[in-house]
Amino acid sequence: MTHLGYLIAGWGIVLGAMAVYAFSLARRGRELSARVPADRQRWMTTPDRVDAGGPNR
Amino acid sequence: MAITTAPPEKPVKVVEPGSGTGSRTTRLLGLACLIGVAVLMVFAFALTEADLVQQDVVRMIYIHVPSAIAGYTGFVITAIASVMVLWKKSMWWDIVAVAGAEIGLLFTGLMLATGVIWGRPTWNTWWEWGDVRLMTSLMLFLVYVGYLAYRRVVPSADVRARRSAIIALVGVINVPIVNRSVEWWASRTLHQQSSLSDGKLEDLTLFTLAMGFVVFAMIFAWMLMHRFRIGWLELQADTVGLQAAMAERRAQMEADIDDAVAHPGVNDPTEGGST
Repeated sequence: MTHLGYLIAGWGIVLGAMAVYAFSLARRGRELSARVPADRQRWMTTPDRVDAGGPNR
Repeated sequence: MAITTAPPEKPVKVVEPGSGTGSRTTRLLGLACLIGVAVLMVFAFALTEADLVQQDVVRMIYIHVPSAIAGYTGFVITAIASVMVLWKKSMWWDIVAVAGAEIGLLFTGLMLATGVIWGRPTWNTWWEWGDVRLMTSLMLFLVYVGYLAYRRVVPSADVRARRSAIIALVGVINVPIVNRSVEWWASRTLHQQSSLSDGKLEDLTLFTLAMGFVVFAMIFAWMLMHRFRIGWLELQADTVGLQAAMAERRAQMEADIDDAVAHPGVNDPTEGGST
């Protein structure tokens, strides 16, 4: 295979950056959900309600 | 832009503290993303042929073009949400806007990085400052770096939402310019014209590129859901913190009033008490 170094660099950066960002999202989510009462985590508790700050408010 | 957080009217599911922003949907989507990336790599490296001119480095197309489209999508989502922010004065849409911008910036950065790496063996240069596609892409990236940086320095949520919405609406004008620049200024770019519209891609290459779009779209959706939920939690955490601070201040004031009633004259400078 030609240009193997370029391919490893390109694919490695893309997959690595996406993985790092995904893990950072998961970590931030865990930290924040520990600080917020369960009844305010709307998407898990009352998914059919929009009056708790939904798109029209 | 007051956010009402009315208490739920019906029994709700119990959420474990610190359980994160995951849900059944995102976990299934995350699994699909992992499988999709693995399948994409098999197609990109094992099943598709190398290009006659570019040879194997053409396999960068399966990540470079989907990264670009994902970046554009993020900024368009930010623009739509910004319109809603200005129209509905909604913090919900502001959270969507910042989620789209952050993820769009990630993918635009990846588009630039893969473009630089792909350019070296193809054009014999990492970067060309006079190239319209490269420069408009860099400007797009920098505008949204500025968008996110600006959001960090404005303390007022209302002002931040309104002003950053205007920045996003100005910034998104660059998306069609970046996309069409290779046609509009064909003589001022090393970049090839659209691979999809010129009909030069072979069937399996085209199929694998389409698979790349689908896989990156799934990854984008996974990230957008998590990033939105983080934004929502940040808003709730700020509200909870503010309410706690107000309750503490109220309790302190009530204690001071009780103390003043119990000990009249104390701490009153007009009656010669200590100051």
